[in-house]
Amino acid sequence: MKLLRLVFKNLFRHRLRTALTMLGIATAVMAFGLIRTIVGAWNAGVTGAAANRMITRHRVSLIFPIPLPYRNEIARVPGVTGVSWANWFGGVYGDPNDFKNFWPRFAVDPETYFDLYPEFQLPPDQLAAFKKERNACVIGRKLAQQHGFKLGDVITMEGDIYAGRWQWVVRGIYTGRDPSTDETQMFFQFAYLFEQVRQREPGRPVDAGFYVLRVGSPDALARVASAVDTQFVNSRAPTKTESEKEFQQSFVQMSSAIITSLQVISVVIVAIILLVLANTIVMSVRERTREYAVLKTLGFSGRQLAGFVFAEALVISLSGGVLGLLLTFPIVKGFAKALPTFFPVINVAPITMALGIGAALLAGLAAAAIPANRVVRMPIVIGLRTVG
Amino acid sequence: MMRIPFSYIWRSLWARRLTTALTIGGVALVVFVFAGVLMLARGLEATLVETGSPDNVIVLRRSATSELSSQVDRGTADVLEAESGVARGTEGRPLLSREVVLVIDLYKKKSNALGNVSIRGVSARAMELRPGVHIVQGQPFQFGTHEVIVGKSIASQFKGVTLGAQLAFGGDRWTVVGIADAGGTAFDSEIWGDVDQFMQAFGRPVYSSLSFRLANPGGFDQLKTRLQADPRMQYVELKHERDYYQEQSKTLATFIRILGIVVTTIFSFGAMIGAMITMYAAVANRTVEVGTLRALGFRRRSVLGAFLIESVVLALVGGALGVALAAFLSFARISVVNFQSFSEIGFGFALSPGIVRSALIFAVVMGVIGGFLPAMRAARLNIVNALRAS
Repeated sequence: MKLLRLVFKNLFRHRLRTALTMLGIATAVMAFGLIRTIVGAWNAGVTGAAANRMITRHRVSLIFPIPLPYRNEIARVPGVTGVSWANWFGGVYGDPNDFKNFWPRFAVDPETYFDLYPEFQLPPDQLAAFKKERNACVIGRKLAQQHGFKLGDVITMEGDIYAGRWQWVVRGIYTGRDPSTDETQMFFQFAYLFEQVRQREPGRPVDAGFYVLRVGSPDALARVASAVDTQFVNSRAPTKTESEKEFQQSFVQMSSAIITSLQVISVVIVAIILLVLANTIVMSVRERTREYAVLKTLGFSGRQLAGFVFAEALVISLSGGVLGLLLTFPIVKGFAKALPTFFPVINVAPITMALGIGAALLAGLAAAAIPANRVVRMPIVIGLRTVG
Repeated sequence: MMRIPFSYIWRSLWARRLTTALTIGGVALVVFVFAGVLMLARGLEATLVETGSPDNVIVLRRSATSELSSQVDRGTADVLEAESGVARGTEGRPLLSREVVLVIDLYKKKSNALGNVSIRGVSARAMELRPGVHIVQGQPFQFGTHEVIVGKSIASQFKGVTLGAQLAFGGDRWTVVGIADAGGTAFDSEIWGDVDQFMQAFGRPVYSSLSFRLANPGGFDQLKTRLQADPRMQYVELKHERDYYQEQSKTLATFIRILGIVVTTIFSFGAMIGAMITMYAAVANRTVEVGTLRALGFRRRSVLGAFLIESVVLALVGGALGVALAAFLSFARISVVNFQSFSEIGFGFALSPGIVRSALIFAVVMGVIGGFLPAMRAARLNIVNALRAS
């Protein structure tokens, strides 16, 4: 107990230095938490994917539409309990240079789409209103908040994939069932897209962008995938069917180089924590060389003294780590605000917190290693002679 | 006023080598990340901006954000080919390429994952229009056949894309007859073939875009105004190729920059604290020395300056080290999907004098901020008390 008091007394000898070191570690742990959270947000689509949903798209690439009549043929495949479809609309809302003005817009089948996505929770009266009106749309709660859209508001945008000016009336605002549900999307009736394009660009076909399938049990995934794809293998639009998780994963893959660099940076951060902390410990030990020699003379063993050094390093690194974790939450919030819509779902995961503390702990141990070793091996006479 | 000699500063740093090295290391890492992020954003921009030729104009449908979402019909192409503002080639034919841009999936070598690859159908004038694109292996594709050429970035990153290989897309097989080097531009990440063959295979009745060379390089605005008055050109938009490609890089480059700046700002805070700790310790250890200097007649300002310079030297050495480390990144190339064109784009880290300057300024700022408070403490020491300190 007394020895522990010595550790604390030592910590408070250079209050400013100890505080600065803790702050330095806190900063690094915060950056670590932020980066891990960003990487996690990238994967949000994958974690949010339902185990019993599949996506069927054009084999060659997602940019090619697939024919509408496929719907019935897919529905007949054994194991499929529901089919819906959607089209990526694109579009330009307001100033295209403002990131806030970009959010996913899909033309969907109002009768089936929300059945297949139970995580998009829409009050029944709003769903009914959405089904009734051709130019109605449903938007996510977060999107509504960001732009101040209310029920009955009109959203106008310029088409890019589909030409002309487009207008919708907000008839529903959905909320996410889970924390990982994307609340920034917008849905409108596929029929509206179909009719408008026929009017505006006669002769241009409008097909389904991709189909969403629900299967009875996750065990059926592989069987359904091959059954669906075999059916269309020789048609004019061959398909690729995969679980929603794999589909989302392919989007994450597209940015894998950026994710990898972020992971490299998070290792660099651990190195920075180490340097800041090692610096402080090295300095403290050097200043106290004579004291350690005195303690040795009094009969303390080298190991006990090394224990002091380690204890000091760990107290600093752990308090810094905890402080850093507390700071992670506001910084993540601020970051999400600076880049809205890039990451519709951004949450600090428990594993991130654990890793942050773990990194601080590891750095504490590593930082103390060299100075502790120095203390153990220092001959008493040399230590006593040292001038700080 | 007498200045404290630089050798004093230098020797003080040398006397505490380990601490000095640790502090320099911290600054170096921060500057490394800072420079690396800027290099990445710049590399992306350079790749895309270089893709556009200064005298070329691209025609897209009005308010289309990329070639992928654009549609231009044959009538418009015919009107433009007859236009006098379009440069003429060797046989008096207009230097205009009718193009279609689509995306196909190929497997990547490294991760075995599907990657999006742009395929571009071009007309006979395309190579003349883009003198930067050269065939380095094999030969150009023949028009009217199912032959294609692939960019070198595609050839090196995707499976089964070698000379003589067959690619399957659009319900057909396509033979790779050549590998093209486009000088590090976005065309290195594309597959080129005959526009008519591609349109037929994909059942697509309209072009994505038209590209042409200006007859008079300075005459863009004039031509644009004239064509805008033409009722047949109402639904299209003319853009300098450079501007178009600059826009294509914007979202991703901005994203990389914002992410990088947020991260390095936080980092730099950590490095400044590191410098501060070192400098406070330096001041505390040398209280007697500072007292002696003051007793010898050096002013407070000189002491402040000496400690501040010491901190700046630390930071500058760290900064130089960080930039030197970052320079090695120039050898690395990365490939990600640019969501504006929904296809892979390969690019590298590009170091520029501007980035070196920003990185070093950044380091000096860290040194000044980190060293200022400790230097103030040294300058404010009372001579008698300082000399008495143990």
